Amino acid sequence: MNTLSTTTKTKTFPKGGVHPKEFKFSAKNSIESIPLPKNVFVPLTQHLGARAKPVVNPGDKVKVGQLIAEADGFVSANIHSPVSGTVKNIDEVIDQTGYKQRAVIIETEGDEWLADIELSKNIKRDCNLSTQEISDKIFKAGIVGLGGATFPTHVKLKIPPGKKLEHLIINGVECEPFLTSDHRLMLEKGEEIIIGIKILMKVLNTDKAIIGIEVNKPDAINNLSDIASKYPGIEIHPLKVHYPQGGERQLVRAITGKEVPPPPSGLPIDVGCIIINVGTAFAVYEAVQKNKPLVERVVTVTGKSLKKPSNFLVRLGTTISHIISVCGGLPSDTGKIISGGPMMGKALASLDIPVTKGTSGIVIIPENEAKREEVSNCIRCGRCVEYCPLGLEPYLYMTLVERNMIDKAEEVKIHYCCECGCCSYTCPANRPLTDYIRLGKNIVLYNIKKRQTKKDG
Amino acid sequence: MNTIFTTIIALSAIGVISAVLLYIIAQKFRIVEDPRIDEIENVLPKANCGGCGYPGCRNFAEACIKSDNFEIMFCPVGGTSCMSQVAKILGKESAIKEPMVAVIRCNGSRQNRAQKNIYDSAETCRLVHNLFRGESGCQYGCLRLGDCVQSCKFNAMYMDKETGLPVVIEDRCVYCGACVKSCPRKIIELRKKGPRGMRVFVSCINKEKGSVARLNCTAACIACGQCFKICPHNAITIENNLAYISFEKCKLCRKCFSVCPTKAIQEVHFPAKAQKEPLSEIKSS
Repeated sequence: MNTLSTTTKTKTFPKGGVHPKEFKFSAKNSIESIPLPKNVFVPLTQHLGARAKPVVNPGDKVKVGQLIAEADGFVSANIHSPVSGTVKNIDEVIDQTGYKQRAVIIETEGDEWLADIELSKNIKRDCNLSTQEISDKIFKAGIVGLGGATFPTHVKLKIPPGKKLEHLIINGVECEPFLTSDHRLMLEKGEEIIIGIKILMKVLNTDKAIIGIEVNKPDAINNLSDIASKYPGIEIHPLKVHYPQGGERQLVRAITGKEVPPPPSGLPIDVGCIIINVGTAFAVYEAVQKNKPLVERVVTVTGKSLKKPSNFLVRLGTTISHIISVCGGLPSDTGKIISGGPMMGKALASLDIPVTKGTSGIVIIPENEAKREEVSNCIRCGRCVEYCPLGLEPYLYMTLVERNMIDKAEEVKIHYCCECGCCSYTCPANRPLTDYIRLGKNIVLYNIKKRQTKKDG
Repeated sequence: MNTIFTTIIALSAIGVISAVLLYIIAQKFRIVEDPRIDEIENVLPKANCGGCGYPGCRNFAEACIKSDNFEIMFCPVGGTSCMSQVAKILGKESAIKEPMVAVIRCNGSRQNRAQKNIYDSAETCRLVHNLFRGESGCQYGCLRLGDCVQSCKFNAMYMDKETGLPVVIEDRCVYCGACVKSCPRKIIELRKKGPRGMRVFVSCINKEKGSVARLNCTAACIACGQCFKICPHNAITIENNLAYISFEKCKLCRKCFSVCPTKAIQEVHFPAKAQKEPLSEIKSS
């Protein structure tokens, strides 16, 4: 605990936020591989931005790591085959929302990787590639932000002209309850993550990086501090346990004290920050040092009544039903299955949904906790305003969206919301605030975009 | 006594000056409004439903007077009779539009389309549509939460408890289009009411492949193409795995209805025994 004792006060962001119970059941279980599924369904949109363009045809033989869809446009990402086998079809499958989406369906045969991918566990420390070569490798490997927002990393690494990078912040906060995938990664792949950060520092031409970790993961803080002491320029900042600290705005505020300008145009780079998830840093290490594209990720499968909460290294495109069958089948009292954390994740409508680059966890909620409490009227207690980490007025937004007053909602900046769910979590009247705000925000952002394209064209 | 006199004189003076000022201001800033606006507004139904495309009846009345192209102005609530009165006031020819009716293009009743998961939050369709595909497997079908019923200002819709689908009370429907706008899935369409209310339409908007559509709903259009082949009037088109009957071209022969294997095509208000008569005799007026 030497790192913790030297830090007198743990940092956090000042306004709002909640502290839900942690329920990190799977924190002690190391990352395991699971048997390959018979078929994988690889959606063509696993990232923010334009849909990738498939480059394989039905009947083609593919190997693990082979490019199956290429980035279509600047904000887009390559997609690689997560298994070896035959492309069965390019068809529509349901994604997390339950809506149909185009996906490449591959039938698994054996497990044959492309020849230039290094599979040994040896840690490769030196990287002599030039900046351009590294960012090309990151682009080719199809790396996106693995924290959940899935923003293509190669876009993030291109600093817009006129902006200057001051802080490279590595996000190891993992503030969502239940999830432990980043935690386990920091314990087991600490050195790889640090080398990944070194590579990112080289690309961004900076000599300082800060890793932010909440103090409920002391083992991860200790492990990374021990390793980082050998690598100059990397600091570990322990942070207070405070949801939603993993959100980029809150993390920038907690570590640097600066406010990121509001969306849709404001980005952390406006205050000189770039935020990269630890999972992404690990993926960067694998892509640059081992030539391994993003074909698998760590997924936490957890829940109160699940037999064996686990952290699995899952190939992308594996269906959730396959993963659940590996950890002992669905508990009989299951009421709800959430993809992602319980605060911001999405309840799934089907189990045939594939794991994508953004799936950080699967949380199984028992039936007695799955239902919402009865909704009553707003009693104007102001708790949602108090706990909103962005200082917004959720009660007002909900009323406005309920009455379809979208223009007014835009005036009072509904689109600044980060959908963290603190308002719904604290509301004593159980009002579905976040649901309505998400709807209103979507409409407002769509309207703004429409106005902009009208103006440009 | 003196005080009283001065008070009375002062107050009267203020009164007179104010009256003069008010008169001058009233003359200076007087707005001359076309008296026909009031006249037209009196003729209009005053429902302020917005069905004409204007915020309210008065705005519509103003627009009628200003408009160069009076033929396109139409109040769906008042209908042809109301518009002819408006035309008389303006001394213009009125447009004659055929009566329309809101049609629910979804067959996904509780019997036809089984529930696959439970939705548990605010009960509005637009919220559900934004979140996920809905409780049944169909990502196009009715969400059964009644945004359309809420939007109807004429009490012309209700939710059928048994099927879970909205129902249009045709006598009350004034085809203002509010329900069409409120439906996030674009299920409701305004169609020609047809002679004595008789009409044929495809009651499905599922654009998935037939096999997939049928998995989720037994009454889905599977785009088998039988209606397209049999239609003698070229009224049916099939696009994106979905048949559509053009109400302009349809002659109500009902051949498509009889061949549809999933009963996705519906016919309404046809007399029960009419099926025995030669089909070609029924023609649209």
